[in-house]
Amino acid sequence: MSAFGGSLLIGLFIFVLAVFIGFELISKVPATLHTPLMSGTNAIHGIVLVGALVIAAGVHGTAGTVIAFLAVLLGTINVVGGFVVTDRMLEMFKRRPGPGEERPR
Amino acid sequence: MIHFPQLVALGYLATAILFIFGIRLLGSPATARRGNWLAAVGMLIALLVTFVGLGALPWAAVIPALVVGAVLGTAAARMVRMTAMPQMVALFNGMGGGAAALIGADEFIHRTGELASGVATLSPGSSVPIVIGCLIGSVSFSGSLIAFSKLQGLMRGTPVTFPYQRAANGALLAVIVALGVVIVAVHASIWLFLAYELLALGFGVAFVLPVGGADMPVIISLLNSFTGLAAAVSGFVLDNEVLIVAGALVGASGTILTQLMSRAMNRSLANVLFSAFGSQVEAAGEAGEAGDRSVHSVTPEDVAILLGYARQVVFVPGYGMAVAKAQHEVKELATQLERRGVEVKYAIHPVAGRMPGHMNVLLAEADVPYTQLREMADINPEFPRTDVAVVIGANDVTNPAARSNPSSPIYGMPILNVDQAEHVVVLKRSMNPGFAGIENQLYYDPRTLMLFGDARESVVRLLAALKELVPAA
Repeated sequence: MSAFGGSLLIGLFIFVLAVFIGFELISKVPATLHTPLMSGTNAIHGIVLVGALVIAAGVHGTAGTVIAFLAVLLGTINVVGGFVVTDRMLEMFKRRPGPGEERPR
Repeated sequence: MIHFPQLVALGYLATAILFIFGIRLLGSPATARRGNWLAAVGMLIALLVTFVGLGALPWAAVIPALVVGAVLGTAAARMVRMTAMPQMVALFNGMGGGAAALIGADEFIHRTGELASGVATLSPGSSVPIVIGCLIGSVSFSGSLIAFSKLQGLMRGTPVTFPYQRAANGALLAVIVALGVVIVAVHASIWLFLAYELLALGFGVAFVLPVGGADMPVIISLLNSFTGLAAAVSGFVLDNEVLIVAGALVGASGTILTQLMSRAMNRSLANVLFSAFGSQVEAAGEAGEAGDRSVHSVTPEDVAILLGYARQVVFVPGYGMAVAKAQHEVKELATQLERRGVEVKYAIHPVAGRMPGHMNVLLAEADVPYTQLREMADINPEFPRTDVAVVIGANDVTNPAARSNPSSPIYGMPILNVDQAEHVVVLKRSMNPGFAGIENQLYYDPRTLMLFGDARESVVRLLAALKELVPAA
């Protein structure tokens, strides 16, 4: 399912430019955030779920259905788990009561 | 066959932009949470326009997969303890890799089916991405599961090695590549493809087995970038631009992150992958001196007095503190010390815990002020003017052998120079060597005092002794 009526070459073009953006984005990150960042990008490659849905749409036969089911299942775990766990990590950076204030718990 | 192609294209563009801004905002503590949300919104848009574009789906299979996946993912992410975060990331990463491999497998079956019935041909333009995507996705899947098992304690964390291992792994990879070439250029058979998949899964296992537990963060980061690449290659297989963009972003970021982590340990990535770090327990330079050394074991009361009358105390937290869940007690001890006029800082080694930044997350959980956390370069000049350095469950990152003993496996790794403080107090369960399996010379230093026991209990006893023996100012 190509959105831009794309070809292999256009794909390669997009790929290379995105790689450069990826390098630029990451090289400016403080060490403190490496774990959340790894976890956040981990959720982003859950985009394979889109691919899993595409193969599910064109599926024929039992074997195909099983493969598509598993691909959608694994992709969903990657996406949902990835974003939720990252949010949980980052939540901890947020909660910062002022001096004298009790920790809410 | 796509419904509303313009809408789908614009939706994917919005997703790409949201992912880029999301990753950007993830790079700063103040905006990181918003960044994660932006990326999640981007993902939602991509999924919604995909549903619109595809129109009909085999809902009987898709809806249960989506629901079960969402429930499992949420439950795992909500219930995992903060200390187990690294292996959780490894597990989620493996799921993504597995999905990418399945996409390749499905396309292969599909297209060879068409091939057999004479409907279409399997051109190299489509078979090459399929074969590459399956290899990377499968390696990422099985490798992540091994990384998970090692960190979760399902299998031993120490490197698994055997003679000629590197040659065997190299040969395995060569066979896989050769088989891939045969599938693409000679004969696109299902059975060959199945063998190829199994070998690729085996290579993922073989590739992670020789890596020790202490190096696992680097491996998880590397596998994270592998999955990104696999997603991008799936984009080529399916001719889908949003997969290419997102996969490439993650592939690139994971590579940079992996390099940053290796650098923090002063080792090359090749060294991490192939040296089976920590399997040789201090073979050289150790034998002659082991006999006559002794350690100084002390009571919590001794340490409480030492701390209570210090001017500056630096805490050095490590994974042992995380395992004992002692971060709240450590924070309370710091607060009590500050009430007695002691200046308190925390020294955070870049690879403290099991992933870079892991310790910061754990301390943030205990509400330790961000301003008290010092990175290695800032805190090392402070140790000579520090009265007491308190090492809580950290080991290898404080080992002076990294500076002084060229035969040590960690020689050259940047460490926290706690041995330059006037006193060093080490809270430790026993004299067992650390995660990397290397003995720490620091413990035999005459200025080092050992407080044995569970980190949390030790800190609680320290707190009680401090309150009893040293009045608050």
